Amino acid sequence: MTCLPKESPAKKLGLVIDLDICVGCHACAVNCKEWNTSGKMAPLTDLDAYGAKPDGVWFNRVHTFEAVDPDTGVSRTTHFPKSCLHCDDAPCVTVCPTGASYKREEDGIVLVNTDICIGCKLCSWACPYGAREYDEDEGVMKKCTLCVDKIYNENLPEQSRVPACVSTCPTGARSFGDLGDPDSDVSKLVAARKGYALMPEQGTKPGNRYLPPRPKQVGKGVAPRMLTHQDDSSDGAGLLARWVDKILTA
Amino acid sequence: MSANPFATIKEAVDLSPEVADEVKFTTCYMCACRCGIKVHLKNGKVRYIEGNPDHPVNKGVLCAKGSAGIMNQASPAKLTKPLLRIGERGEGRFKEIEWEEALALAESWLGEVRRKDPSRLAFFTGRDQSQSLTGWWAKQYGTRNFAAHGGFCSVNMAAGGLYTLGGAFWEFGEPDWDHTKYFMMFGVAEDHDSNPIKIGLGKLKTRGDAKFVAVNPSRNGYNSIADEWIGIRPGTDGLFVFALIHELLKAEKIDFKYLARYSNAPWLVIQNPGGADDGLILRDKKGNPLCYDLNRKKAVSALGADITPALVGERTIGKKKVTPAFELLAKRFLGDEYAPDAVAQTTGVPADTIRRIAAELAEVAFEEEIIIEQKWTDVWGREHDKMIGRPVSFHAMRGISAHSNGFHTCRAIHILQVLLGSVDVPGGWRHKAPFPKPIPAGPKPSGQQTAPETMLDGMPLGNPTGPEDLLVDDAGEPLRIDKAYSWEHPLSSHGLMHMVLHNAWAKDPCEIDVAFFYMANMAWNSSMNTKGTLEYFTDKDENGEYKIPKIIYSDAFWSETVAYSDLILPDTTYLERHDCISLLDRPISSAHGPGDAIRHPVISPDRDVRCFQTVLIDLGARLGLPGFVNEDGSPAYPGGYEDYMVNHERAPGLGPLAGWRGEDGKSHGKGAPNKDQLKRYIENGGFWVHELPPEQQYFKTVNKDYLEYACEMGWIPSAEPILFHLYSEPVQKFRLAAQGHGPNQPPDRHRKRVESYFDPLPLWYQPFEEGEIDRDEFPLHALSQRPMHMYHSWGSQNAWLRQITSANKLHIHATTAAAMGLVDDDWVWIISRLGRVKGQIKLITGVNPDTVWTWNAIGKRKGSWGLSPDAPESNQGFLLNHIISEVLAPQKDGQQYSNSDPVTGQAAWFDLRVRLEKCAREEFGFTEPMFELFADAPSPQQTVNRYGADLKAEAKGSKGVPATGWIGNRHENAQNIAGVSDGHGNQRDEDKS
Repeated sequence: MTCLPKESPAKKLGLVIDLDICVGCHACAVNCKEWNTSGKMAPLTDLDAYGAKPDGVWFNRVHTFEAVDPDTGVSRTTHFPKSCLHCDDAPCVTVCPTGASYKREEDGIVLVNTDICIGCKLCSWACPYGAREYDEDEGVMKKCTLCVDKIYNENLPEQSRVPACVSTCPTGARSFGDLGDPDSDVSKLVAARKGYALMPEQGTKPGNRYLPPRPKQVGKGVAPRMLTHQDDSSDGAGLLARWVDKILTA
Repeated sequence: MSANPFATIKEAVDLSPEVADEVKFTTCYMCACRCGIKVHLKNGKVRYIEGNPDHPVNKGVLCAKGSAGIMNQASPAKLTKPLLRIGERGEGRFKEIEWEEALALAESWLGEVRRKDPSRLAFFTGRDQSQSLTGWWAKQYGTRNFAAHGGFCSVNMAAGGLYTLGGAFWEFGEPDWDHTKYFMMFGVAEDHDSNPIKIGLGKLKTRGDAKFVAVNPSRNGYNSIADEWIGIRPGTDGLFVFALIHELLKAEKIDFKYLARYSNAPWLVIQNPGGADDGLILRDKKGNPLCYDLNRKKAVSALGADITPALVGERTIGKKKVTPAFELLAKRFLGDEYAPDAVAQTTGVPADTIRRIAAELAEVAFEEEIIIEQKWTDVWGREHDKMIGRPVSFHAMRGISAHSNGFHTCRAIHILQVLLGSVDVPGGWRHKAPFPKPIPAGPKPSGQQTAPETMLDGMPLGNPTGPEDLLVDDAGEPLRIDKAYSWEHPLSSHGLMHMVLHNAWAKDPCEIDVAFFYMANMAWNSSMNTKGTLEYFTDKDENGEYKIPKIIYSDAFWSETVAYSDLILPDTTYLERHDCISLLDRPISSAHGPGDAIRHPVISPDRDVRCFQTVLIDLGARLGLPGFVNEDGSPAYPGGYEDYMVNHERAPGLGPLAGWRGEDGKSHGKGAPNKDQLKRYIENGGFWVHELPPEQQYFKTVNKDYLEYACEMGWIPSAEPILFHLYSEPVQKFRLAAQGHGPNQPPDRHRKRVESYFDPLPLWYQPFEEGEIDRDEFPLHALSQRPMHMYHSWGSQNAWLRQITSANKLHIHATTAAAMGLVDDDWVWIISRLGRVKGQIKLITGVNPDTVWTWNAIGKRKGSWGLSPDAPESNQGFLLNHIISEVLAPQKDGQQYSNSDPVTGQAAWFDLRVRLEKCAREEFGFTEPMFELFADAPSPQQTVNRYGADLKAEAKGSKGVPATGWIGNRHENAQNIAGVSDGHGNQRDEDKS
């Protein structure tokens, strides 16, 4: 019911998240909440903040799960931060009855105009990623803004003009840039690391990319060389004899 | 209104709103990591906290805790005024009093004790970073009964390191992240160096040329991104390391030259079984240790240069039969019982894996050595044209520290590092200033003598070098309330805070009149046997008086311990206070150079609270303590903590802060106090840092220029070489005493224990609790650790962080659970020999099958921390501490030891063994034991938190600037990916040029 930009925006700002080094520390999620609770969609309301069922609006959530590799039978723990993917074919936009949910032509960021959001939640049903956050207190839908009020903000030094989740990430697992430009640094990073889109079969053409965990380093090259014992006598007696006359000028 | 009613209304997004009225730089305190933060303030409130990009610790990043600082400031649990208990202890009934009344009361209690016997005050602080002040206060007051919380946190790591390398893992050293090619981490899911480790791992893995091996029963936190996870059985890390060393020795893959030059491997050890000098180092008349020079064919001082020392071979020098320390060490580790096949079953690590890891370590250390073309001069004056590094590095902490065999395990890891030639070399593990220090670091503990109204002759805590340094009476019995520095745990350099309440209640070994605690949750998650500990707080004698007569407590929040104290001195939050993160205590140094930092108030308290350190200084002045008053009796630091930070001199020219000293502010390290010092710090972003020149960056233990600089800075007494102690003579001195030698003798009941565990070489033994219980009755190990988003932070009352975790579950291996008929979310009784606690389980596979674990300090007592009584923290969350005993089973002679490492007194809370029993269905849903609700605890007023709604800003300036791309670990990615520009984040080097 709401139109996407007629032309897919040339500029597609988005996030690149490296699952090889994310340790699941939640820094991105909390720093995001901190910036945005006074930001464009302020506040990121918390209900029952000190009670039985604390539950609030978060634009970014980290899911930790274990998965078993069907080939090797080896299990691994994965930390998976998830926020709005700023899709090209964003179903949350087209489903919106009021025009509140929209995609910016300038940079592809998907936003909600909370002034005209009626809180019908159709967008959250439409989003296959569960990336929408309903503020029950205000009765409107909120979501990741890609820190639109931070990345262009001339009141901040250049180093801070980046989504909060990116600059705060302790392991450097998050990158940001124009995924629509194949020559941008982030596009090169995605190409080199075979970054992938989440659930492409949904046809939403998500913007953000995830970098898969790299193969584990199990020593150099093929199977590591095992050590050769210089002497195998019991309790090392033979070795000590070898070392008696070892000349080592200190 | 648009012409077409169905057209989309285009939102005018404000791209450049005003963020803050003011930005202030200070130091975070949401945990012990000491990151630099930029606090954006608007309308007098905190708008946003981000990492300071220029800060040496966090380089602009900030973790979940730091980012949640706003909610700590907004916490309803904040104390608002001094409190005086009016109910019984534990009821939580108080009346508010004025500060003058509170301070007068504290002064009268503390003054009376000091006039009678100052050691009847037990002053113990928690996770604070002002121990150079609090320790000095205790010294000036005259009580030996002082320590912080290191006794249950880190002392095994501190002592293990200080007695071996002259520095420690903990937060006092770090891997050479930029160069290391093989990184092994033991027992760490998160640590004090929270952000530096994350930054380092991110860089290392992005570089892609290094391997990260994690040794930990649980695959969480850092372990989840390791290249290889070794899910070892708890308490057996030492045995695993022994087997690695065994393999490396057998293959002769050790750095013999490094050992000969930089360690005590060649020192000659006297072999005189039964003699008073057995196991001591042979020394010349000047006291220099001797080694045997194969070229000169005689014994020479081992501290000299150009020696060709024998590492093996028994000789007779004079009349003494001697053997080089290395030979003794090799014999220990080459024992057949430490072969990989022999340890595989106990450790749960397959022998082939042990052999492969040893081979990988050897390959990287000896075939991928790093050469940095950098000249340097050794302490003997010899010039070296390059720095050669063996790029294997290690880090270890909690999982080693919290076991009763932790001291020796820590030593074994350090010895592995030295054998590989990888300490303070390129690619290895490196010291941070003020370390390295002489082994062990001076001074020694003080407090043998105390007297009314008399200060101690030295600081209460220190590092003993032999039995003569213990704090024991003529019968060899403990003097300190926690029995630190006694024969029960002689090298307890951080005290035993976990025993204070037990011992004070038992009046063993002495009585105290006042217990004074700061920032330590002794009535909950900072005690073992919490339920029992609460009874120590409340138990009364036959006269109806509390057995622990008076308790003063300072905290910023309404914690469980508040309810059990008599007088509460409310502290400020970290955003409201001054602090110094000092080189005298726990500075912000990195391996690249020393640094220190300050906190200063970025917002004003809206409550009647005072900075604890200012209160302590005030009390010092009221009590007339030496150093706290001028000659005329007036306060020496009337301006409080900030006055002390600038004007206090521990030694001439040496104060809490090293930067901008001297009247002109141009000296660093030593210099006269500078009245503008804090201003200089604030102008510089709240910290001072000095980058060591390249020639001082490595080999600091023997680097002439570095050692001379360290001496000038006052960190070491002289620029002498610091040689690693593979063989520990101070430890042997205790063993000799236990064997009957020397004037300082242990009581007979301790002899066997001291003789056994004071081995000058590392040993491995089964953790005590495991040895005392029936392993079939308690088949599982149980561990607790804190999640990254709450590690070392105070309380889980934080409105944002508690949404991530508000109730802890017990994690159990799916196979283990299946064998017991347990499924996800079942409620179980977790039963130890001490008692039982009830919790809910979660099945996982990333855990050692013999181990269960849970998050610590999530479970809270009902009514504390400003949480509502139905909060999950106090209904579903549980505290494992309830079933960890603070004491071991009594010996046959009645002696009962603390459940601690026998060398250091480190609390052995990771030794816990349990069994699980599925709860009956009607027992599901709530934890036990459950305690009564506190009476006067703050109840949360606000259920909807709309923080920030009033801080949303209007546009300021133009419509914004173009966005620039940011690459995480840009420098490391640039090395691997063609076309990615070098630089940092969104700063590209090419844009600068």
